[in-house]
Amino acid sequence: MSGLIKSSIARKVVMALSGLFLVIFLVLHVTINLASVISPDFFNEASHFMGYNVLVQYLMQPILVIGVIVHFVMGFVLEIQNKNARGISYVKYKGSANAPWVSRNMIYSGLVILAFLGLHFYDFWIHEMTYKYIEVNPENPARYYAETVEKFAPFWRTIIYVISFVLLSLHLWHGFSSSLQSMGVNNKYTPALKTFTKLFAVVVPLAFAFIALYHHLNPITH
Amino acid sequence: MKLYLKIWRQKDASSKGQMVDYTLDGVEGDMSFLEMLDILNEELISKGEEPVEFDHDCREGICGTCSLQINGEPHGPDRLITTCQLHMRKFNDGDTIVIEPFRAKAFPVIKDLIVDRNAFERIQQAGGYISVNTSGNTVDANAIPINKDAADAAMDAATCIGCGACVAACKNASAMLFTSAKVSQFALLPQGQVEAADRVQNMVRQMDLEGFGNCTNTGACEVECPKGISLENIARMNREYLSATVKG
Repeated sequence: MSGLIKSSIARKVVMALSGLFLVIFLVLHVTINLASVISPDFFNEASHFMGYNVLVQYLMQPILVIGVIVHFVMGFVLEIQNKNARGISYVKYKGSANAPWVSRNMIYSGLVILAFLGLHFYDFWIHEMTYKYIEVNPENPARYYAETVEKFAPFWRTIIYVISFVLLSLHLWHGFSSSLQSMGVNNKYTPALKTFTKLFAVVVPLAFAFIALYHHLNPITH
Repeated sequence: MKLYLKIWRQKDASSKGQMVDYTLDGVEGDMSFLEMLDILNEELISKGEEPVEFDHDCREGICGTCSLQINGEPHGPDRLITTCQLHMRKFNDGDTIVIEPFRAKAFPVIKDLIVDRNAFERIQQAGGYISVNTSGNTVDANAIPINKDAADAAMDAATCIGCGACVAACKNASAMLFTSAKVSQFALLPQGQVEAADRVQNMVRQMDLEGFGNCTNTGACEVECPKGISLENIARMNREYLSATVKG
């Protein structure tokens, strides 16, 4: 890690690559989640596969955790170094005159997302680990849909999720296109790529928010 | 017009500075910002007070010597100009103008509004040149065919005057725009490609050693640059650096 953070450009690349990896993960996540609205059976099937497949559990899951940790640790490192680089602060600094709010406040949108990940891990990952390894329950491929819908029964949790998705959207709005620039991609295709990244930043979090609200408004009634 | 000025005063590099309020009357719209400061200084000198020190030289936007953070923006509210090209008609009677030095740990204040920008010189010295044989058999630069787009892009990068507005504007005090312009102006030309790998690695290393911050692609530098240096240069430098590092 110390070698990686020696050069400012290497730090940018680490941020960009971990961010792009998380973007790919988001695509997979939102696709499976959408199944919970369209086809509960397929959602159960996919969730069970993800929960018990050896490759997913022992290779992809650790890589994902490492990706998240690298991204936010590097984010903190950069933030501290950047604050130090200013030295004495300006009495008047008009950041809004030359850069969008989202690009100047990635640390705050990132912190909200990190806090959300804490709740999200508690809600689903801790629950899953408890189910499988502490309570040692038998495999039940039909449980995932009901468990997910039940999670969104409380209004407070649904609202926290929706607010977090708004912050995720803001984070992606700058972060996705920024990661391409950090990787050295700035050419004639950049305007089209930027449009794609902005659309992604809106559509994916919107889909996540829709799923949370849908399950809150459509509880399972037995 | 009558202006209320809040100006950073600092006796020397080791002293603690502070904002000092001044009221200046009789400022005309056709004056440049530096002429306005000249008038303030004449008033201060006539009163036996220490004049406000600020950097300036050509006063026509070429040399990159003038700096100043004006109302929170380097070179003031206008675009594609330096402080010396800023006119007082951009301000209104009764305005309060906050004037500070460019702030970065790598740009320590020498006195008042003057900062030490030698960090840029050291970055340039680390690789911002080409080794040309000048022993009598120098090849005419025009004898080497160069793609028009590459020549234009190199020229655009070379218009960087090294004023430091990019660092001053960046929330991270990053010098990526300056360094990337200096890398690009050579990397795009055949004469510069021989030393391209060493150049980008050495210049980035020096930039980091100077204590500038990390680029987070906010784009503030590009907006505030008086010469309109593009973010494309930063992407090019990133590519050059990655390529040089991977190839070893």
